[in-house]
Amino acid sequence: MSLRTILIWSGVALLGAVAWGVIALRRDESISALWLLAAALGSYAIAYRYYARFIAHKVLGVDTTRATPAERLHNGVDFELTDRRVLFGHHFAAIAGAGPLVGPVLAAQMGYLPGTIWIIVGVIFAGAVQDMVTLFFSMRRDGKSLGQMARDEIGPVGGVAALVAVFAIMIILLAVLALVVVNALADSPWGTFSIAMTIPIALFMGFYLRMIRPGRVMETTVIGVSLLLLAIISGGWVAESGLADTFTLSKETLVFCLIAYGFIASVLPVWMLLAPRDYLSTFMKIGTIILLAVGLLVARPLLENAAVTDFALDGTGPVFAGSLFPFVFITIACGALSGFHALIASGTTPKMIEKESQVRLIGYGAMLAESFVAISALIAASIIDPGLYYGMNAPLGFLGGGDLQAASEAIAGLGFSITPDQLAAAAAAVEEETLVGRTGGAPTLAVGMSEIFSTAFGGGGQAFWYHFAIMFEALFILTTVDAGTRVGRFMLQDTLGNVYKPFADVSWKPGVYVASAVVVGAWGYFLYAGVTDPLGGINQLFPLFGIANQLLAAIALTVATTLLIKHGKLRWAWVTGIPLAWDATVTLTASWQKVFSDDVKLGFFAQRQRFADARDAGEVLAPAQSLADMDRVMFNSAVNGTLAAFFALLVIIIMADAARVCLKAIRAGSLPTTETPYVRSAIVAPAGLVPTDAEKREMAAAGAGSGSHRRMDDA
Amino acid sequence: MSGNALSPGGRLRAAAGGIRWYLREISGESAYDRYVEHASLDHADAVVVSRREFERGRQDRRDAEPPQRCC
Repeated sequence: MSLRTILIWSGVALLGAVAWGVIALRRDESISALWLLAAALGSYAIAYRYYARFIAHKVLGVDTTRATPAERLHNGVDFELTDRRVLFGHHFAAIAGAGPLVGPVLAAQMGYLPGTIWIIVGVIFAGAVQDMVTLFFSMRRDGKSLGQMARDEIGPVGGVAALVAVFAIMIILLAVLALVVVNALADSPWGTFSIAMTIPIALFMGFYLRMIRPGRVMETTVIGVSLLLLAIISGGWVAESGLADTFTLSKETLVFCLIAYGFIASVLPVWMLLAPRDYLSTFMKIGTIILLAVGLLVARPLLENAAVTDFALDGTGPVFAGSLFPFVFITIACGALSGFHALIASGTTPKMIEKESQVRLIGYGAMLAESFVAISALIAASIIDPGLYYGMNAPLGFLGGGDLQAASEAIAGLGFSITPDQLAAAAAAVEEETLVGRTGGAPTLAVGMSEIFSTAFGGGGQAFWYHFAIMFEALFILTTVDAGTRVGRFMLQDTLGNVYKPFADVSWKPGVYVASAVVVGAWGYFLYAGVTDPLGGINQLFPLFGIANQLLAAIALTVATTLLIKHGKLRWAWVTGIPLAWDATVTLTASWQKVFSDDVKLGFFAQRQRFADARDAGEVLAPAQSLADMDRVMFNSAVNGTLAAFFALLVIIIMADAARVCLKAIRAGSLPTTETPYVRSAIVAPAGLVPTDAEKREMAAAGAGSGSHRRMDDA
Repeated sequence: MSGNALSPGGRLRAAAGGIRWYLREISGESAYDRYVEHASLDHADAVVVSRREFERGRQDRRDAEPPQRCC
């Protein structure tokens, strides 16, 4: 190691340590948000340099001489050698969505410290490890999916449980994400108009790419993004005009619009709507994330949020119920540990990777980038006035129905102060009717981002930036809803195909319509229930979403641990075993509390019982306003409680089945797996972002033959 | 891209070229060029389809495998 390297890494370590010190020790005065960024970046760099390298070389044993599926099975369709930097971009765009933006905003109720620690420590030891290890094992199996690996490596019971869990979890995920969009757009003509315009813009792009300029994606995207910005600006004019009423939609109406849209998007060909929307949303996503990072550096905001709030300890917070353990770890899923990533890491990415050694950059590295997004979101939520934060994120029922005076008093009851005038001024600044009870995280993040952007880039424009941020979130949530509905449809068709053959054909029209309707109907039901729930849909459903996502992570980590043991690497099994133990403890504790807690705010069944008792006595309990509301609460709570129990049960089945296989493997020393046999690689490619000197020499020695698939080489 | 010997202008051009390369790769715009290159190199007798036809086939295949998008 050269002196220069030693100096650089000592500097990085020192910077990270100082930042952690400032975060930990400074109390009673607000600290700059940049300290959180510095702590995160310093920790990521050290973890990537040392821990990820250790896992890649010692634990997994990546082999640069072994051909990857992309090299062996290259067919130019799904198996395609892809430059590592390009694949990093694809993989990052696939894993990063609304999750790392919404979760940290809600978790800000606990203060900024618990969330920050979990996001950074969680990603280093759990989330990025899960992504990299799953990617590696899938790559060694020609890109098999997580469900297939569970079936092949654990057994049919675990396999079926994994398949059911993945489908059920996806439905909840789609419902919760759609709920975030509904809450952001309800009664907002500006937002609704802008988002509605994305449909004709995407259709135009689709036809342009298909009919007029085939394959010119960049040019089409530039046109699309320009139209999109125009849509955001003109949203402001629409909100002022006679058209405002047309685009002022209630939550219920928006639900039906989304359900209809989801169905149509699922049955239309991908080129018409889904693909162009995906170009738009990916461009906006990456662009806005970079903009936010720059904005934070320039604006250097101070954190208004407390380090740790009382809600973290007593569990009585209005945004979601439950105390720090386990609920901070449930609320922040994406950004720290996200089971959904295991589906991507065992999807297209393993079929495109050039070199085994690149799993570190793509699996671990991309997840670090997502974690950085989560930290930025936590900062955006923590720089706004706490009074406003609770005014936006507490359920409307708690806040007294939307009246500013009542909201101000309810917030005072929580121990924070904001006057009705200040609430009105905050809404006026972003040209919204009101910000009270705008739950779901997206509006809060948009307020935070608009403060950062308008400070950083000058010239005010808070209303523009607010709606820009709403557009950015809603756009890629809707892309996830499109893509997720289609993936759910394929899973359902595949399963139904076992019963009635034609269903398995993904272009058989009756099958397409039936499966799309079932998937849309399923998430649409939870969406509608969430919107009409008097207790507040996000408050009720978000914990369920977090539990589902983390249980999926438990499945992925179980498969990974089982595989390490089957490969005879028991002594390294702690690398995925410890995050698995932690994740299982957290998630099963949370499930247990959601199902069995006597606390009516926490336990779904206790909640149901309380409303049932009151109903028998003929009473109407607030926030319900009628007996019909009471019935709705009782029914929703029972459904949610049953689901929480069902998810937990599935994961316990998978873990028990895996434990059986692990024991067998430990006794035998190792067990055969479905790993594809070694084939020697004929290509040379660097492992990391920047090629090392040794890699440059290797590539030069290999000559042009090795890089023929690449347009531009590194040297 | 070490570029030690490059003038400032050359460096700028190299950077712009790199960005252009990256965007063309990640958006899939370069897929057709690669296909043509591949077809003429390895299968000299193969019929090279037009860009329109190629992109259409690529789009239609995505119907069965839509982009995966996470939360």
